[in-house]
Amino acid sequence: MHSIPGRRLIMALFLIFLLLPIYWLVNMSFKTNTEIVSTMTLWPHTPTLQHYRRIFTDESWYSGYINSLEYVIINTIISISVALPAAYAFSRYRFLGDKHLFFWLLSNRMAPAAVYALPFFNLYSAIGLFDTPWAVALAHCIFNVPLAVWILEGFVSGVPREIDETAFLDGYSFPRFFIKILVPLIASGIGVAAFFCFMFSWVELLLARTLTSVDAKPIAAVMTRTVSAAGMDWGLLSAAGVLTIIPGALVIWFVRNYIARGFALGRV
Amino acid sequence: MDKTVNQKAWFLVLPVFLVVAFSAILPLMTVVNYSMQDTFGNNQFFWNGVGWFKELLDPSTDLGGRFLASLGRNLFFSAVILAIEVPLGIVVALSMPREGWSVAACLVILALPLLIPWNVVGTIWQIFGRPDIGLLGYVLNSVGINYNYVSNDVDAWITVIVMDVWHWTSLVALLCYAGLKSIPDAYYQAAQIDGASRWAVFKAIQLPKMHRVLLIAVLLRFMDSFMIYTEPFVVTGGGPGNSTTFISIELVKIALGQFDLGKAAALSLVYNLIILIVCWVFYTVMTNAGADRPAKEGAA
Repeated sequence: MHSIPGRRLIMALFLIFLLLPIYWLVNMSFKTNTEIVSTMTLWPHTPTLQHYRRIFTDESWYSGYINSLEYVIINTIISISVALPAAYAFSRYRFLGDKHLFFWLLSNRMAPAAVYALPFFNLYSAIGLFDTPWAVALAHCIFNVPLAVWILEGFVSGVPREIDETAFLDGYSFPRFFIKILVPLIASGIGVAAFFCFMFSWVELLLARTLTSVDAKPIAAVMTRTVSAAGMDWGLLSAAGVLTIIPGALVIWFVRNYIARGFALGRV
Repeated sequence: MDKTVNQKAWFLVLPVFLVVAFSAILPLMTVVNYSMQDTFGNNQFFWNGVGWFKELLDPSTDLGGRFLASLGRNLFFSAVILAIEVPLGIVVALSMPREGWSVAACLVILALPLLIPWNVVGTIWQIFGRPDIGLLGYVLNSVGINYNYVSNDVDAWITVIVMDVWHWTSLVALLCYAGLKSIPDAYYQAAQIDGASRWAVFKAIQLPKMHRVLLIAVLLRFMDSFMIYTEPFVVTGGGPGNSTTFISIELVKIALGQFDLGKAAALSLVYNLIILIVCWVFYTVMTNAGADRPAKEGAA
């Protein structure tokens, strides 16, 4: 009764539609450039690892991944640590302007990155953070902090209030209660929130590219270098693309039941 | 659950407030400042009042023409992808396997496109659609359809739309699936006893139960498609000509390409205002849907 006739066929077709372009990217990344340009082959006939080898040995390439990971990790740590107390406050208390604050956070999650690109550029140049991972990490807070607040608020609300009250009766101070009792109870929620902060910071390109030039260049910006006088280096571009998909693909299994929740700002 | 009033909670919220204010209010003040001024370089600024805003809303000027054209393209794009993604997402959600390992497998594959960096989504389709090296472009051309997204407007649009459907339909499907899963089995059993047809089950049970998640899905997709930048930029670069130049692309062109600060700032503010209004609708709908939910469940 849950489902519709022909569901297996529909699902299969849709999954093929999703996987085919990804397969093509993987396929290209194992081909030599001569094979890519000269023939149309459905799988690599002369498989090669040359593109991956180049990425892992050429510093200008692998440093792109390191730079990206750096700001993504800094951003995730900042977002989660400021969002935790706020999530507790939103879940447990009513206070002056709480609804307005909540709306204001939402509006920042929705703000187009293009609007902020130029002012961020000015701001971070003025305070000397331009071209450092900190600039990108702080800039990404604008959409990741609200997201973390929402996801965590849902998980904190799932903890019965009696637990807080018992802890305070037992003489726990607020910080001790928070770290010793609340955080372990919502550990899985923190994991989910961290995953989404990681992911949204990882997939964003516009701000990351605008706020860096040489030293902190993210992988997404490095990838645009494959255009050269000799034409596109399609194999290298594909290999770099495949490597950016891997972090998401690795953890996807553990968060599969929370995906909808993360994208719907914890509202599902 | 009743919440207690406690103004000290502000101390817990303060870090969030400071971090977000630093990245939101400060830059926005700069934008407001620029939007009223004109510059001829050398850091010399001149007061321009509401001049930029007037120009922006007047289609006969260069700026106004570009803004309104890209706004129109953006609205058309959002309408088309919503019309495709929402029904398709519902169908996919209804097609999910019932139990076993295949549920997990489907969830993982569905979620995959959502977790790919946006520029790589662009790269994937840039390669996939090319007539010389991409499977899609090659197959289409070899069956006699003349397809080239680099030189043909219509093909460029189709590519961008199919790409968005590929990228985001999963989100609608996952949200709907979450809504469907929350329907108790008793509802279906009751429908079976009544001898309800499949269509009746869909219309009377599944659709109303998905109402809330569908609203969230539609609004999220609208907002995100309204600020789309990276994917079309990578695939078409806004071309051929200006045919796939959306507002964000136009804005970045004016702001970071021409460093036309006043125009860019005025455009930013209007753009932000539109988003803010949609956002307010979103928030109202979301809190209202959340508020009457327990009452309904209590009645059922």
